[in-house]
Amino acid sequence: MLIPWQELKRSLLVSLWFVFLTFPIMVIKVDPIERVVQWRWDNMVFVAIGSFVVSLLVRVWFTQKERRRERLARSEAIERESLLQIILREPRYLYPLAAAVMVFALSFPFLFSTYQTNIMITALMYVMLGLGLNIVVGIAGLLDLGYVAFYAVGAYSYALLNLHFGLGFWTLLPVGALLAATFGVILGFPVLRLRGDYLAIVTLGFGEIIRLILENWNAFSQGPSGIANIPRPGFFGMALSLDQAISYLYYLMIGLVLITIFVVNRLQDSRLGRAWIALREDEIACQAMGIDKTKTKLTAFALGATWAGLVGVIFAAKTTFINPASFTFLESAIILSIVVLGGMGSIIGVIMGAFILILLPEYLRGLSEYRMLAFGAILVGMMIFRPQGFISTVRRTYHFEKKPNDE
Amino acid sequence: MTRPILQVNRLSMEFGGIRAMNQLDLDVNAGEIVALIGPNGAGKTTFFNCVTGIYDPTGGDILLNPHGRKSVRLNGLKPNKVTEQGLARTFQNIRLFSNMTVLENVMIGRHCRTSSFIVGAIFRPLSTRREERETVERSYEILEKVGLAGQVNEFAKNLPYGAQRRLEIGRALATEPFLLLLDEPAAGMNPQETSELDTLITRIRDEGHAILLIEHDMKLVMSLSDRIFVMDYGRKIADGTPEQVSSNPDVIKAYLGEDIDA
Ligand SMILES: Nc1ncnc2c1ncn2[C@@H]1O[C@H](COP(=O)(O)OP(=O)(O)O)[C@@H](O)[C@H]1O
Ligand SMILES: [Mg+2]
Repeated sequence: MLIPWQELKRSLLVSLWFVFLTFPIMVIKVDPIERVVQWRWDNMVFVAIGSFVVSLLVRVWFTQKERRRERLARSEAIERESLLQIILREPRYLYPLAAAVMVFALSFPFLFSTYQTNIMITALMYVMLGLGLNIVVGIAGLLDLGYVAFYAVGAYSYALLNLHFGLGFWTLLPVGALLAATFGVILGFPVLRLRGDYLAIVTLGFGEIIRLILENWNAFSQGPSGIANIPRPGFFGMALSLDQAISYLYYLMIGLVLITIFVVNRLQDSRLGRAWIALREDEIACQAMGIDKTKTKLTAFALGATWAGLVGVIFAAKTTFINPASFTFLESAIILSIVVLGGMGSIIGVIMGAFILILLPEYLRGLSEYRMLAFGAILVGMMIFRPQGFISTVRRTYHFEKKPNDE
Repeated sequence: MTRPILQVNRLSMEFGGIRAMNQLDLDVNAGEIVALIGPNGAGKTTFFNCVTGIYDPTGGDILLNPHGRKSVRLNGLKPNKVTEQGLARTFQNIRLFSNMTVLENVMIGRHCRTSSFIVGAIFRPLSTRREERETVERSYEILEKVGLAGQVNEFAKNLPYGAQRRLEIGRALATEPFLLLLDEPAAGMNPQETSELDTLITRIRDEGHAILLIEHDMKLVMSLSDRIFVMDYGRKIADGTPEQVSSNPDVIKAYLGEDIDA
């Protein structure tokens, strides 16, 4: 039999328990005006069947996983790679695929409407944010819940320095990144000693502090009413129509995303990147192997923040209006979900995570009020069935001749 | 007479009211294998933690006298600074970087002897590439030495226990220490693995590293050590050659006593 009787019994119990729990809200409905009680028995049937099926699915999944693991341990077979991982490893498949994606990406604004392009720009922005936060959370293992603060620093750098000094987008893009990096170091210092949940709480507080300052210090940031009429990026002094400006921004984002992928990829496979991973894996051993913890942590915070700063400037330029409401904790949570969903430390994973998390709610608009519910269900499902994210981390492999350097 | 390369004077460590280590004197000479033994809870690991900068000792001095350089006082130095000075260690409960490959674990050991940073990582100039190639080659040589050259791309967590212990030794060697501290390297090993470890440690000593070793396997201790220090309740109760120590009545009472009673 495919499903053991015991599993069926357990799932049956789970479903009974759910029926019992949800009985008062799902089945009984009191109409205070008519003074009658409605019994919605059909709801009870839905709850029972629904919870039974979900519970059974989860159970079957886990027993199969367990069995697979046992088989693996017995035969010492190499763990089967997912199709995706095979594609990524083999240049034969990877290069044509990358070329196809690139052609599609470059022709996107010609194929689709400005509205679609605009959504795509947002998705690309989150790809960059995800890859930036991935340095801090995925690679260095520092749980940062205040990432949005650096995003805000970037956006406000552009808005304010443009407003007061008339500086342009291209001047302020690096300035915003640098200021954000500086804030990364400023946050990094007090939290050097903290780890895990303590670090999460303090960074969360830091994010909220930045937002509250922006909201309340009217003389500096114009408070909740925000800053309007921020110029879009200029194209060698030419005036662009709205459509052109959006296409331009789109290509700019494609370029920046490529640079980001290149840089993060190189960082991961470097002396610094290895130090970050070592720090994530074991802080004490890492120090005992001669790695300066302070320096390593601060560079992770600073480099992560740099990306948030860059995207912040672009965000301000794209929307031409910013106010503190754009930089709430929810934003940090979304970026963190992208990193976790994609698979901590994996570049392709984070890119996929960003597209799914940003595009899915857009295309789920058809489901109207159930949109966020479906979104939540997908996240929960993901955490149950694939807690390591879409792509689990793969480390670079080296190959040696029998004797690499015998003179 | 040459100075010992590690000289520890009246080292004490208190946790709140508990004195885990009390006025301990110890020294290691160049080219020596020295063992530190004692019952569980005697304070041996605490001693290692004080010397390597993980704890800041509450009293006493730790002096390192590298050959041909000025001597350094290690008290209060951060662990990474201690390692830079030429002192590396392994851990009693293995602390490898589980989700890194075997080779990468050793490459981490090269960190404090290399220097490329953000710019080097992103632009990979010639100097960084050379440094990286050297790191890989040196690490591979070390893996050949500790017998793990066949598993370079394996995740460290997937290695069998004995291999993990040897990888920890390899990782420590990559930092180019002149003194290597090993905390119970034979714990959990079978006799075959232990005898391989014996050969490995002797070989490391012959290559010019001094070794300070905490170990419970008496056979290994007796065969390897030039000198032995014995601790009990945070104090040193004896030191000397293996013969002197094994005939010392205090040691027999504190440490070997159980065996004799049995
Ligand atoms: N961080 C610490 N805080 C409090 N007590 C400690 C700490 N580290 C070690 N100790 C105490 O010091 C004593 C010696 O421990 P340890 O050095 O691990 O012994 P050994 O390695 O010789 O078995 C033990 O009683 C232990 O409880
Ligand atoms: Mg111990």
